[in-house]
Amino acid sequence: MQLRAIAHSRAGDKGDISNISVIAYDMKDYPLLEKYVTAERVKEHFSDIVHGTVRRYALPGLGALNFVMLDALGGGVTRSLALDAHGKCLSSAILSLEIPEPDAQSR
Amino acid sequence: MKRIRIGSGAGYSGDRIEPAVELAEKGDIDYLVFECLAERTIAIAQQARMKDPGSGYDPLLADRMHAVLRACSEKGIKIITNMGAANPIAAAAKVREIAQSLNLRKLKIAAVLGDDVLDILGNGDYIDDTGLPVARLGDKLLSANAYLGAQPLVEALAQGADIVITGRAADPALVMAPLIHEFGWAMDDWHRLGQGTLIGHLLECAGQITGGYFADPGHKDVAGLARLGFPIGEVAEDGSAVITKVAGSGGQVTAATCKEQILYEIHDPSAYLTPDVVADFSGVRVAEIGPDRVRISGATGRARPDTLKVSIGYIDSYIGEGQISYAGPGALDRARLALDIVAERLKIIGLKASEIRYDILGVDAMHGAKLSASSPAPYEVRLRVAGRTETLKEAIRIGNEVETLYTCGPAGGGGATKSAKDIVAVLSTLLPRQQVKTAVHFEET
Repeated sequence: MQLRAIAHSRAGDKGDISNISVIAYDMKDYPLLEKYVTAERVKEHFSDIVHGTVRRYALPGLGALNFVMLDALGGGVTRSLALDAHGKCLSSAILSLEIPEPDAQSR
Repeated sequence: MKRIRIGSGAGYSGDRIEPAVELAEKGDIDYLVFECLAERTIAIAQQARMKDPGSGYDPLLADRMHAVLRACSEKGIKIITNMGAANPIAAAAKVREIAQSLNLRKLKIAAVLGDDVLDILGNGDYIDDTGLPVARLGDKLLSANAYLGAQPLVEALAQGADIVITGRAADPALVMAPLIHEFGWAMDDWHRLGQGTLIGHLLECAGQITGGYFADPGHKDVAGLARLGFPIGEVAEDGSAVITKVAGSGGQVTAATCKEQILYEIHDPSAYLTPDVVADFSGVRVAEIGPDRVRISGATGRARPDTLKVSIGYIDSYIGEGQISYAGPGALDRARLALDIVAERLKIIGLKASEIRYDILGVDAMHGAKLSASSPAPYEVRLRVAGRTETLKEAIRIGNEVETLYTCGPAGGGGATKSAKDIVAVLSTLLPRQQVKTAVHFEET
């Protein structure tokens, strides 16, 4: 299933750094995020876009992860040539990440 | 326990006007805050001020003040805003004029000064965040503004200001100032300052916490976005807070809307650097305690940094751009042919560009070829070519080469547009905080 089935997201920018939150709708799904949405997978997912490192911060109290991606915005909103210079639409793109169905895991 | 209610009337310079009016009239608020100053806005405002010394403040200042001043004056609501941009004194004078023209009661309007550190940066050996000396920018350097903390805003409130207008200040400081002033928080009470920073951070983008920028039909449905209510932070002396909005307004305040905003533009959640505190959001909790009422708790903090961040505005480059659309059967193939033609043309004419980008809108413009690979070909697409140049003249040539696709490119291209503009960009550096001297100037009606 797509990450979108269990999580929502918002992207923010500071200079050439994009941060994307991934938040479980239901706190009980948070362990799935921790297990499957790793910094390595996010880096691979955005390999066309993110040229720097991806760091992951865990916020179990919120049921959320925060990804901080360096060299991700074509120089930053003030000088990028990109149509979405803020990288705001990246929040939707991360939700297309495929993760295993919870049922499939328990079987 | 004493509580105050702070409304957030704008999340950016161009934001809707009416939600702030609704807050002032029906929000039962004590303070109304407008955060309107994006990173490079102040550099562009500085350019305006150089042309006209009476300008350089937010272009919507007068519209917003005309809309809310009467209600705020009658109800005793204090206003705090960074709409002073590159000229807080001129902004304060403008607000005084508006208040006088509306025949309001006596009002004291404060302009907070000291964020402009262009003279300091122009006369020293400072290195920016690219590792290069600031001095290399020469006459391309437009502005340098330190992010001020809450202190000078608190001083303005202590001296009886009804309206406080700043230039560059840390966004959360606009909300921290009334909390520190009303509750007498110490400037080294890191725990409360951390919680206050979280509340400021949650309110600063206005509608982004009340259901704006959240809806995703079928997954996250939000009603009433055309009449979205802006948020109110109800804060107690101990720093505990509830985020809510005016009853009956559009949108929603839920745990989910608050969680998205807690992490918005945050890097390490345990170290959010501000001029007043290093805030720690890693242990934050949210709880829905009623309809459109979410309790926020658990932020803390530790000692503030010794340096202040300075945002440097400079003329970076020029960007030229052209677009043209294709539709119907074969649209994508024709757009790809057009792209190849423009790429070859830019070589033939010897365009001098440091960076060039080709996008096909509707296919791969947002996230590149990999993420869009599995989608079927759309009915219509739009080619976009953008490039960075050192002169305006060179930038103009890019759009021209797209436009000539009309007569020289594939069949059926339509709706060509072109543009070329100068790019004011920002860099940042750090200054020891003792080098930044603040002051408060008053205008009175």
